[in-house]
Amino acid sequence: MNLLQGGNRHQIARRRKIDFCLHLLFAAATSVGVIALCALLIDIIIDGISRLQPGLFENFPSRRAERAGMKSAIVGSMYMLCIMLPISFVLGVGAAIWLEEYAGKNRFTRLIQLNISTLAGVPSIVYGILGLTLFVRLLMLQRSLLAGALTMTILVLPIIIVSAQEALRAVPKSRRDASYALGANRWQTVSRAVLPSALPGILTGVILAMSRAIGETAPLIMIGALTYVAFLPKHMLDQFTVMPIQIYNWLSRPQPEFHELAAAGIIVLLAMLLLMNFAAILLRNKFSKIS
Amino acid sequence: MSISMPMPASAATPARTARTLIEIDRLNLYYGDFHALKNVSLDIPERAVTAFIGPSGCGKSTLLRSLNRMNDLIPGTRIEGRIAIAGTDIYSPEVDVETLRKKVGMVFQQPNPFPKSIYDNVAYGPRLHGIRKKSRLDEIVESSLKAAALWDEVKDHLKRSALSLSGGQQQRLCIARALAVEPDILLMDEATSALDPISTLKIEELVQQLKDRYTIVMVTHNMHQAARVSNQTVFFLNGEVVESADTEQLFAGPSDSRTEDYISGRFG
Repeated sequence: MNLLQGGNRHQIARRRKIDFCLHLLFAAATSVGVIALCALLIDIIIDGISRLQPGLFENFPSRRAERAGMKSAIVGSMYMLCIMLPISFVLGVGAAIWLEEYAGKNRFTRLIQLNISTLAGVPSIVYGILGLTLFVRLLMLQRSLLAGALTMTILVLPIIIVSAQEALRAVPKSRRDASYALGANRWQTVSRAVLPSALPGILTGVILAMSRAIGETAPLIMIGALTYVAFLPKHMLDQFTVMPIQIYNWLSRPQPEFHELAAAGIIVLLAMLLLMNFAAILLRNKFSKIS
Repeated sequence: MSISMPMPASAATPARTARTLIEIDRLNLYYGDFHALKNVSLDIPERAVTAFIGPSGCGKSTLLRSLNRMNDLIPGTRIEGRIAIAGTDIYSPEVDVETLRKKVGMVFQQPNPFPKSIYDNVAYGPRLHGIRKKSRLDEIVESSLKAAALWDEVKDHLKRSALSLSGGQQQRLCIARALAVEPDILLMDEATSALDPISTLKIEELVQQLKDRYTIVMVTHNMHQAARVSNQTVFFLNGEVVESADTEQLFAGPSDSRTEDYISGRFG
């Protein structure tokens, strides 16, 4: 039994105490974030739940709170998503494939890489200025749905490129070797051996980028998306509004009824974000079982 | 290390004085500044097993990967000299690298099946080269799996994921996948080093069956394996070919003292 009695009891007690204190500290650090988020959610739900009625989805904005809804904003957000999803997918994944699979590793590609990483962190208002100059003025798209969607596409491109690159890089080299050794060329290898394994990661990145885009307000205000739209956009060059702009508009009014509407709008927006993130998780799990 | 494994009967027969299929003439290969292969000249006979042996980093895998130009994929690789297969210089501009790799199949150290079904793994190569017809693909998959001695084990669940197979089965699947594009030459880069002894034995027996139809070049760390299965053995050291001879002759009486030191276990 001497074997187990040799320890320095005092030192062991001290070590346990430190371990216990740090455990508490880390738990506290986590709970600050969780509590803040819960407080926000509860506050919003209390404010907005009474306004979360069919009218919110069916009515257009109105001067009178009891008749106001966000139909045009919800539809505007959906339309914008539908336009930017294919464009940003093709451009973002295409750029990632070029950078990872085709381009050599030289000074030029390293410069591009650095640029993309930097762009991912640029404030969104800057993209708004770019969109205003390029799409609204230069290409004369006016304050249209298309101009908004294109601005948002540029905003999310760096995010999509970086996440798609990571997904491509995670595919083991041995899989590419296997394909090349059978006589596949570059595109055959990318499309048949690499992309199927990288797709879940790419899709997750794309969905997360889309959920960032539907929450963005600043660049769209910059390019002049309207805050009061009492119609649905009929084509891509029509004027439009989106959910966060509608919420922003309601919040800036003095009447408390509109603040409740804003809270209801936030609930809808959050629910949509949650749904998209959930879809991303489902996708990842579904595909990771196969590969 | 003494391994008592049944010696496959055909290995005992001396190498037939076969026609040379691959001629390597004064080959030099550089990875950037590193001189990986130094003035290598070598003839590899048709329809026989040639084993490359030597310590790690001696260039044997590099030479193997030069035979189907897999080294092209490594940036900074430079090659001088000539490798001719059936008289054609494979590094000449008119040679199409995809066609070359179709004719020179390769099996890697780690089994690397695609995360697809067993069927789709074998059909991968034929589909690359434009075969679409289901009945034709079925035939190829069956004959390739039979040739790789895997058919009886998997014929009832071809739709199952290739990753559900054991390591040894996966490696035989990779051999079947390589055979499905009808190569003339099969390169095996330490194809059994990640496998257990029983799976290794199965693959060695398979190699004995395949050498009647294919020219096989294998890299191995295991000298017993080289002695068991190959007809010709080539000993590499520091990027040079030290000795190349009939396997029996090389192991019974090496002409170079460095070969003798290596095969008697004095280094490596």
